[in-house]
Amino acid sequence: MRHLLSAGDLDAAQATEILDIAANLAAVSGREIKKLPTLRGRTVVNLFYEDSTRTRISFEAAAKRLSADVINFSAKGSSVAKGESLKDTAWTLQAMGADAVVIRHPASGAPHRLAHWVDGSVLNAGDGTHEHPTQALLDAYTIRQRMGKIDGLRVSIVGDVLHSRVARSNVLLLQTLGAKVTLVGPPTLVPPSLGETNYDLDDVLPESDVVMMLRVQRERMNDSYFPSAREYSRRYGLDGARLRRMPEHAIVMHPGPMNRGMEITPEVADSPRSTIVEQVTNGVSVRMACLYLLLGGKL
Amino acid sequence: MPYAQIVLSESDVHRIVDRIAHQILEKTQGAQDVVLMGIATRGVPLARRLAERILAFEGLALPVGTLDITLYRDDLRQKAVRAIGRTEEPAGGVDSRRVVLVDDVLFSGRTIRAALDALSDLGRPSAVQLAVLVDRGHRQLPIRADYVGKNIPTALTEQVKVRLAEIDGVDEIRLESSV
Repeated sequence: MRHLLSAGDLDAAQATEILDIAANLAAVSGREIKKLPTLRGRTVVNLFYEDSTRTRISFEAAAKRLSADVINFSAKGSSVAKGESLKDTAWTLQAMGADAVVIRHPASGAPHRLAHWVDGSVLNAGDGTHEHPTQALLDAYTIRQRMGKIDGLRVSIVGDVLHSRVARSNVLLLQTLGAKVTLVGPPTLVPPSLGETNYDLDDVLPESDVVMMLRVQRERMNDSYFPSAREYSRRYGLDGARLRRMPEHAIVMHPGPMNRGMEITPEVADSPRSTIVEQVTNGVSVRMACLYLLLGGKL
Repeated sequence: MPYAQIVLSESDVHRIVDRIAHQILEKTQGAQDVVLMGIATRGVPLARRLAERILAFEGLALPVGTLDITLYRDDLRQKAVRAIGRTEEPAGGVDSRRVVLVDDVLFSGRTIRAALDALSDLGRPSAVQLAVLVDRGHRQLPIRADYVGKNIPTALTEQVKVRLAEIDGVDEIRLESSV
């Protein structure tokens, strides 16, 4: 594996290897000394053209726990604000000897372009409305941890699927790992080309082992996709009453950041069946596993 | 001329494990604060066997842990990415305990160097000792074992192949050469 650009590039064996390595690395997070010498002397650049809290911090923590040097680069306050192109930025990183570049970019496909311009490994940390493979991996890890398996589970991904890179990566990865994925949301926000769809949340809830709620991405919406926030939330928001209609063992996931009261109520988000906090914890282990696989051996 | 010869049989391995168990008891005056740490892969069943023998001899149940040293190796960049195994701290941890590292073959000493680093990230033992089934020489670092099953003089072109029942279905140590 040279780059991690799309969850679709991983076959079941590779994805399982990442999850297994992450499980072994997770123990490090519980120790007093949360550091391994594995990537000593390697440089990881966090190249963020879009705001992000958890993904950037998670990648930074993962790289530092493996002893890599981390350079954080955000578009604000850099030469990008002066008009530097992605290609010129890439050459700068190349000249500085970056062994891996973690990139988040508002344009779909930017990581693929970057991969042609730098010698190091490129990790896609979210590109536009396209993909977010490490989020899908940490979601798969969380599902496996809670449910004991992924193969054969019924996963419903609910909400603004159209603008969601998390949904796209999850569909690709979870199907590779044998889950049955259903996309749920208003017809304007669920592209039928992605897979099986259902426009009625109440219809799929009793049949779901995992319910993954997505954030309504207001910042990417330049059209009116639903009449009002209240109507959206009444039809597609997950509240306590809907939670009780799910099977006993079913879990609720959310990639964050949440719009509490919009797609998910605080009662559900803070319930023991919600995995939202675990997802953040698991994110560090999964990203450590990805960095180890990309940088840990001979290239 | 390629060849392979059996240097230790199943009964040899059993006798050696019994002897090292006695030596640990003797050298640590009853092994009261001892924990055994098996180095993955084949040090792990050996550590379990030692604990089992010590339980049989003295009725003393020693905590057993496992140490995967892959992430501490100094040759990661020379080889393709390796899978990593599980590190399990022994019950009660390693702080202020006497840790006996257990491995199958002592060769360059680099595995033990990595194991010492891995161990210091788990805590601060009061002392660390090393038990190995086979010492084949050719050390590249100033490391020696406290308990040695058998010293086997080897040439660098030779390989010591350890097979243990828990992993390979049979106890047997062979000396092989492909040249």
